[in-house]
Amino acid sequence: MEQLSFTLKAPRPAGGSRWQAIAGVVASGNLEVLVERMEDQNTCRIDIATAAHGFGAVWEAVIADFVARGTGGLRVSINDGGARPDMVALRLAQGLRMIEETET
Amino acid sequence: MHTKRMAMTKWNEQRAARADRISAGQAYADGKMVPAGRLTEFFETVIRSGDRVCIEGDNQKQADLLAKALANVAPERIHDLHMVQSGVVLPEHLDLFDKGIARRLDFSYSGPQSARIARMLFGGQIELGAVHTYLELFARYFIDLTPNVALIAAVSADREGNLYTGPNTEDTPTVVEATSFKDGLVIAQVGEIVDRVPRVDIPGDLVHFVVDAKAPFYVEPLFTRDPAAVTETQILTAMLAIKGLYAPYGVKRLNHGIGFSTAAIELLLPTYGEALGLRGKICSHFALNPHPTLIPAIEAGWVEQIHCFGSEVGMEDYVAARSDVFFTGPDGSLRSNRAFCQTAGLYACDMFIGSTLQIDLAGHSSTVTTSRIAGFGGAPNMGSDPHGRRHPSAPWLQAGAEADSTSPAPLRRGRKLVVQIGETFGDKNVPLFVEQLDALALAQKLGLDLAPVMVYGDDVTHIVTEEGIANLLLCRTVDEREQAIRGVAGYTDIGRQRDRKMVERLRERRIIQRPEDLGINPLDADRSLLAARSIKDLMLASGGLYKPPSRFRNW
Repeated sequence: MEQLSFTLKAPRPAGGSRWQAIAGVVASGNLEVLVERMEDQNTCRIDIATAAHGFGAVWEAVIADFVARGTGGLRVSINDGGARPDMVALRLAQGLRMIEETET
Repeated sequence: MHTKRMAMTKWNEQRAARADRISAGQAYADGKMVPAGRLTEFFETVIRSGDRVCIEGDNQKQADLLAKALANVAPERIHDLHMVQSGVVLPEHLDLFDKGIARRLDFSYSGPQSARIARMLFGGQIELGAVHTYLELFARYFIDLTPNVALIAAVSADREGNLYTGPNTEDTPTVVEATSFKDGLVIAQVGEIVDRVPRVDIPGDLVHFVVDAKAPFYVEPLFTRDPAAVTETQILTAMLAIKGLYAPYGVKRLNHGIGFSTAAIELLLPTYGEALGLRGKICSHFALNPHPTLIPAIEAGWVEQIHCFGSEVGMEDYVAARSDVFFTGPDGSLRSNRAFCQTAGLYACDMFIGSTLQIDLAGHSSTVTTSRIAGFGGAPNMGSDPHGRRHPSAPWLQAGAEADSTSPAPLRRGRKLVVQIGETFGDKNVPLFVEQLDALALAQKLGLDLAPVMVYGDDVTHIVTEEGIANLLLCRTVDEREQAIRGVAGYTDIGRQRDRKMVERLRERRIIQRPEDLGINPLDADRSLLAARSIKDLMLASGGLYKPPSRFRNW
């Protein structure tokens, strides 16, 4: 396993009011994304545990786009089973969309 | 005999030569019937060195018995054959070249033999004419590649040689037309001899010899995509295509490729498409093989009519029970015809959408890799804008107007929508987008005049990935086009090297559209949105009429 951690300035806080959201599953070629509202409003922290080594640059690019969407206040924990970047981007979009939903 | 004929006339030599071959073949035949056990000797008698020979190797069905027998002839007796056939699929098709029986090859598609054919071309065992599209090769059958001998496959024959092809008619009428009416010899293998064929697909007077193989010809299930393997990024990409292309252009007449991306679209029509209110407005008329993944949409009343290139293993009963949708014969079963369906896909469809392996920055795409030559099949015809088209339709006119906003409408060509769809990364993290196609390296290595490009960039109108849709019709410069492609290339190297500011400007002009721009919720990209999630679901949706081949059954 490779561990990567990023703490980035977010352009704006995440919308919505849910405290927690989870998208995806840990499986080969898939990943689980846990999103929690537990950082400062202008910060986003992302911890990644991945089965695939040597993709730091791609992760950085994926994370930068994600944070640019406005993810202030969020801590994202990613448990990756070697998913392709297109799947990672989809799971992150799903996690963000879920936590932005109003609590029902 | 030869001299005597010359003295009489020089105008009917081919006909006389065929008569000679037929009479020589009588040594082995009872009427038109040749016993399977004597096929090789029979071939050594009726086939001549230097002949142009078509072994019916279609996209799907194979004249396997005849191929084996031809590969066993003595090369001292028969050599220098010029093979002219659409599919190089069986090992025997290439054994002919290894053994020195055949020398030159003109073909279209080589799927399962793609690695070996590449090795043999590099090694010089095969003299390559050209790699064609199906329509091109069929066209050349009537101009400069007319077969002297055609070895074809059918389901059954009567004693006069009338042939029943069943649902997999495919190339047979075209091959027989070219061969038999130009004084060539037609030899058919059939699964059985019957008193009366269920329908006459090929009239007996065009068929000279028949071999009872006592077993069905080999058919490859090429178009079965298991819904269980459809990924959520494919679902997202399919949603983008439906909402961002099918709906705004109102695409009713189309052809789908055979990959998982288009299978996902087929499986989303009765769910996502229905929710968008698109039934009756899109996807009503297809040039398409009977894809099992289209069953739920057909059952939900989406599809009015489908014409088929070939059939698909297991779909026979379903198709026969849906004759309002499919073309069927007096026996009730499907009548397919590759040449007509390719023509239909070229001239009567407003959209082609399919996946590919590599796309470059000009939008050229290719499925070749440096070690494999898979050929073209029909995709380059489907995936091209036919300049000979003259009838208008709403999607065609709209696409034409987007491409050219200045010409007066009555003088402006419409455009066929040619869409490449796929995820930005393929198997093993291989990127879909590349600086240079492997096809170029291959062309250089083989000294080909043309790189084997599947779809040319100037024909491509849209590229759809999970990141978004790039509308290349609206690009006005080479630079815009390149950035539009980079702008949907995701996290591939090509995608990460985009000019972000320019991509944002393209997005403002709706040249690039993201899922959020189209109001697509990423949470909807879930497998629960598929109308069928397994092969078993497809079988159930068909009311048990679809009989999946055993390799696709896991229950």
